[in-house]
Amino acid sequence: MKSVTAKSKTYAPRPDYFSIPALETVAAWLLAIIWIFPLLYAFWAAFHPPAYMVRFDLFAPLTLDNFKNAWAQAPFARYYLNTFTLVTGVVFAQFVVCTLAAFAFARFPIPGKNVLFMLVLIQLFVFPEVLIVENYRIASELGLINTITGIGLPYVASAFGIFLLRQTFKTIPRELEDAARIEGCNWLEILWKVYVPLAKPTYLAYGLVSISHHWNNFLWPLVVTNSVESRPLTVGLGVFSAPETGVNWATVSAATLLSIAPLLVAFLLFQRQFVQSFLRAGIR
Amino acid sequence: MAEMTSHRRMQLYGALLLLPAAVLLATFAYLPTITTVINSLFLPGFRGAPAEFVGLENYQLLFDDPTFWKVARNNLIYAIGTIPTSIALALGMALFVNGKLRGRGFVRMAYFTPTILPMIAAANIWMFFYAPQIGLFNKLLGALGFSGVNWLGDPSMALGSVIVMSVWKEAGFFMIFYLAALQGIAPELKEASDLEGTSRWSFFWRVTFPLLMPTTLFVLINALINAVRVVDHLFILTKGGPNNATNLLLYYVYENAFSFFDRTTAATITVVILLVLAVVATVKFTILDRRTHYQ
Repeated sequence: MKSVTAKSKTYAPRPDYFSIPALETVAAWLLAIIWIFPLLYAFWAAFHPPAYMVRFDLFAPLTLDNFKNAWAQAPFARYYLNTFTLVTGVVFAQFVVCTLAAFAFARFPIPGKNVLFMLVLIQLFVFPEVLIVENYRIASELGLINTITGIGLPYVASAFGIFLLRQTFKTIPRELEDAARIEGCNWLEILWKVYVPLAKPTYLAYGLVSISHHWNNFLWPLVVTNSVESRPLTVGLGVFSAPETGVNWATVSAATLLSIAPLLVAFLLFQRQFVQSFLRAGIR
Repeated sequence: MAEMTSHRRMQLYGALLLLPAAVLLATFAYLPTITTVINSLFLPGFRGAPAEFVGLENYQLLFDDPTFWKVARNNLIYAIGTIPTSIALALGMALFVNGKLRGRGFVRMAYFTPTILPMIAAANIWMFFYAPQIGLFNKLLGALGFSGVNWLGDPSMALGSVIVMSVWKEAGFFMIFYLAALQGIAPELKEASDLEGTSRWSFFWRVTFPLLMPTTLFVLINALINAVRVVDHLFILTKGGPNNATNLLLYYVYENAFSFFDRTTAATITVVILLVLAVVATVKFTILDRRTHYQ
């Protein structure tokens, strides 16, 4: 790599080599400002009195009243708790179930393995939310309506997680496994001591994507919940801010920011890991 | 013989490891798919009478329903409106951010941030723009002396407004795949073309764009799935209205099942969605995976 760059210097490339001409810089920045503007606007609306929704005044008084109102008008604390329970529960269960299945696919002689694997991959296209009607019936037969388990359970056997972990497990050299077996480890110990630690980056990537997905998921949670006790933030926010409720906009802004804040802050702090994770998880 | 039993035992262990995933997939993916198809072939019995097999009659009814065609057409327009635009923007963003750009970190963050917001929150924020009386867009138009537009209430505008919001939400997600692909293109290609004096424009179309083809196909598949799968924003922005002008297939399923309590029609539309997804899946597994090998 280094020799290439060194060589390219002798050819004296044009000064704009890999750099962006001024016009494009302006375009890039303009697009960036347009893209971030809606979020900035939400911040503006949330931290100023309702009268300043469409009056941009640098000296407009800042206020936290909108947040206080939102917090008082809807049980956001409960929604937070529900979303937090949901996300940790789903990710933990996904890790366990997908690890076991991926290990089986990667290392065990199962008859018809390829056909079975294709069957699993179908779930990449047939998501629980596409089957809301029948999944609702099944959830109600299992007594899972209006429970956090009911929101999460259909997502636990994630084809995507099985796929990612299987890919990773297949790259781990057999020699490590053989060494562990000589030391007397059984299969579960081999999985736990050899495969899982070496797949840490995959768990991180899949975990971040899964957390974002379930923090943001709406349609299935909306269908399967019907009370404050089980509603996650997205559904709570949807109910709260539906235009017909007539809640004032500054309050809706504040509520919206309340719901996205933890994920947004995490993203801003760990941008690199987030982008890498989405990338890693996306290329399948 | 001993060899055989150990092989058998491995098979048994393998099956046991698969069991939890298999049970869950059967319960929440395979079984509901099958019962959805079955339900679409029956009419429910009244007052405890058994369901009546009607063959394809429900499909006949669905295809005779102008609302269904309107919704299907909306979904097509929605796909055509969102997909090429967000892919083109994503590619543009990636090219911007891949170059030596001042403030690259901020620009990249700005592009990507909508991706991590829930669709509901994004819709809430865009509602401030689109609202007829106090919305920002109409205030701006008013300040410039134009009369306001009913962005979400006017049937000829509403779907377009929903599309614009979706493009905003999606483009940054697709950008990261282009960015990764661009970083994988050998710099020698650029050097060689510079020596030959190739213009940046023709370098892009002759070298970069063809090399990005697998990424474009990958992004396209994802965008197609999203166009069918994501309807969250409709709950806030339009509820499928006005007069179904922004209704999409999955939202129509939701309405049929949970507002009109017509499970049969909902099942029939779901089968249509499943067929669309099956086509997308076939394209992915046959065309795309032949190009981008994975084991």
